[in-house]
Amino acid sequence: MTGHSPQPPTSHTLAARHVTLAYERREIVHDLDLDITPGTVGAIIGANGCGKSTLLKALARLLTPTHGAVTLDGKAINTMPTRKVATIVGLLPQSPMAPEGITIADLVSRGRHPYQGMLGSWSDEDDRAVAHALEVTGLADLADRPVDEVSGGQRQRAWIALALAQQTDILLLDEPTTYLDIAYQLEVLDLLSELNATEHTTIVMVLHDLNQAARYTDWILAVKDGRQAYFGTPDEVISERMVAEVFDTDARIIADPDTGLPLMLPGTRHSLARLRGDSHGEHAQTATNHDDNLL
Amino acid sequence: MNDARSLNDTANGTANGTAVAAVAARLRDLRRRQRMRSLLVTLTLGILAATLFVADLAFGHEIYPIGDILKVLGGEFVPGLSFTIGELRLPRVVVGLLAGFAFGVAGVSFQQMLRNTMASPDIIGITAGANLTAVFAIIVLGWSGPSLSAAAVVGGILTALLTVRLAWRGTFSTGRLILMGIGVAAALNAATSWILVRGDQWNIQQASRWLTGSLASSDWSDVPALVAVTVLAAVPLIALARQVDVMRFGDPMARGLGVRVESVQMTVIVLSVLLLSTATASSGPISFVSFLSGPLAMWLNGPHRPAIVQSGLVGSCIVLAADIVAQHIPPTQLPVGVVTSIIAGPILILLIIRLSRKQVLA
Repeated sequence: MTGHSPQPPTSHTLAARHVTLAYERREIVHDLDLDITPGTVGAIIGANGCGKSTLLKALARLLTPTHGAVTLDGKAINTMPTRKVATIVGLLPQSPMAPEGITIADLVSRGRHPYQGMLGSWSDEDDRAVAHALEVTGLADLADRPVDEVSGGQRQRAWIALALAQQTDILLLDEPTTYLDIAYQLEVLDLLSELNATEHTTIVMVLHDLNQAARYTDWILAVKDGRQAYFGTPDEVISERMVAEVFDTDARIIADPDTGLPLMLPGTRHSLARLRGDSHGEHAQTATNHDDNLL
Repeated sequence: MNDARSLNDTANGTANGTAVAAVAARLRDLRRRQRMRSLLVTLTLGILAATLFVADLAFGHEIYPIGDILKVLGGEFVPGLSFTIGELRLPRVVVGLLAGFAFGVAGVSFQQMLRNTMASPDIIGITAGANLTAVFAIIVLGWSGPSLSAAAVVGGILTALLTVRLAWRGTFSTGRLILMGIGVAAALNAATSWILVRGDQWNIQQASRWLTGSLASSDWSDVPALVAVTVLAAVPLIALARQVDVMRFGDPMARGLGVRVESVQMTVIVLSVLLLSTATASSGPISFVSFLSGPLAMWLNGPHRPAIVQSGLVGSCIVLAADIVAQHIPPTQLPVGVVTSIIAGPILILLIIRLSRKQVLA
């Protein structure tokens, strides 16, 4: 990568048009629309089982909609050659598996699969892409270590390095921070924002932590029962009403003293009630109250 | 923190070219070493298989000099030897070599694609299906020779279809396939036993010899079909190794990387079942060869790629070595399947212990 020269923003656009998704007969996502602006970082949030991972799978053409379509550059993604799509859209699934004993270099090399012909001839370009991915994720020194012998954070970075080696303009990640301690979580998210800043990679991830979603994204889609509940910037989406409606829980939203971004304090009512010794205590007026949403 | 620094460097756009070039050079070196190891393992196994092939020819009722055997193989007529070697021993050893290769390739393809050592076709019931139709053909229909082989192939393929159908829920689950397969195998084995109980004395003996796997009755009539199927099915399986390799990282990852998972799965299943059934038809179900070859080949070759060819060669070596042992070590000749079972038993136990220990730790 050559220094500071500004790169053109990515031109590939991924979108969901009236997408309905089902497993067997059970409908998970109903008539959902999503336009992903190239070069942005976005998060899909929602309660467990709301369909957010299912939506991500459909965006990655792992699931064909029963109605509507996921489109890449205006064409239905399921009708495009899958190997071609793999050079444009990358996916890090929720719990990928590594074959026993395989090294980090081997794992990251698999990101080059879409670029290789039937004979699997490996080019210098492939080597450079893998080396760059290892360097960027700080794994170069661990290249020949078996994946099962490194820490959880290093393993997760190895999976992200695989996705980087794939060199796609769009990167979809299903809960990339799950199972990581807080330092590794932030490291992974920092890495992704830097990727977005330097390479203009469009990033869409399923996230659980609302504060991380607020800090690291340009847009947030909140899904409830397979439908869009809220969509907009973090400021627009993260509100007490949204948390109550989408997650069915109480929270207080204040402005982050450092960034001004919305910051969620969960379980405030309960904690206040405990402090006051009564069980129905109303909490004080919140610092910021984002009730405007796009619905 | 070291990591943090390297991340910041990148953010500033200074992930410098020299560092990347150095890492790329190291990657090339690592890959060269893996290739060397693969090459060495493949060559060694090939030489071992060739040696066992000649040794198996040499050690019969009488032991012939290697020089004379090579002459016969070269097409020369050696009085007294050309018939024994060319007509009696050679077809047996050729069938052993090819069947072993077929077992090994089919076994490792299943195990690697389904990410589970237990997912070998002889464990998940395909062999049991071939056995049932073969025993039915011997005892009820009185068949032998090519029609018996055909019956075994049909049985293997039907069982695979049944097991896949039972385990299929719009997509594959390895766990479901293995459990279904073990269930189907149990049911089919029960049916086989039932037929054996009702058969008459002479047929039962023939059927049980078939069931333990034996090269003793192999002749040239077994060879053409076995050669054709081994070549036609093993070559595409070897070519599919790269897709199978990516599928080891889980279905979602494989799909994301552009692998057409369903069509690879179906192709691998059809080709492996064809290989396994044809090999089983010509040699009987030589126990555990498909189960054992894969893990041994992966251990020798390293985990970085599915070792398809190597597993085939390991299969050939196991069958040929077991055939030599079966004929000469015990006081009476044993069917080769008995020897492979004796070898496989302890290895199966070790594997299960290792698997369960890992699951406890995970």
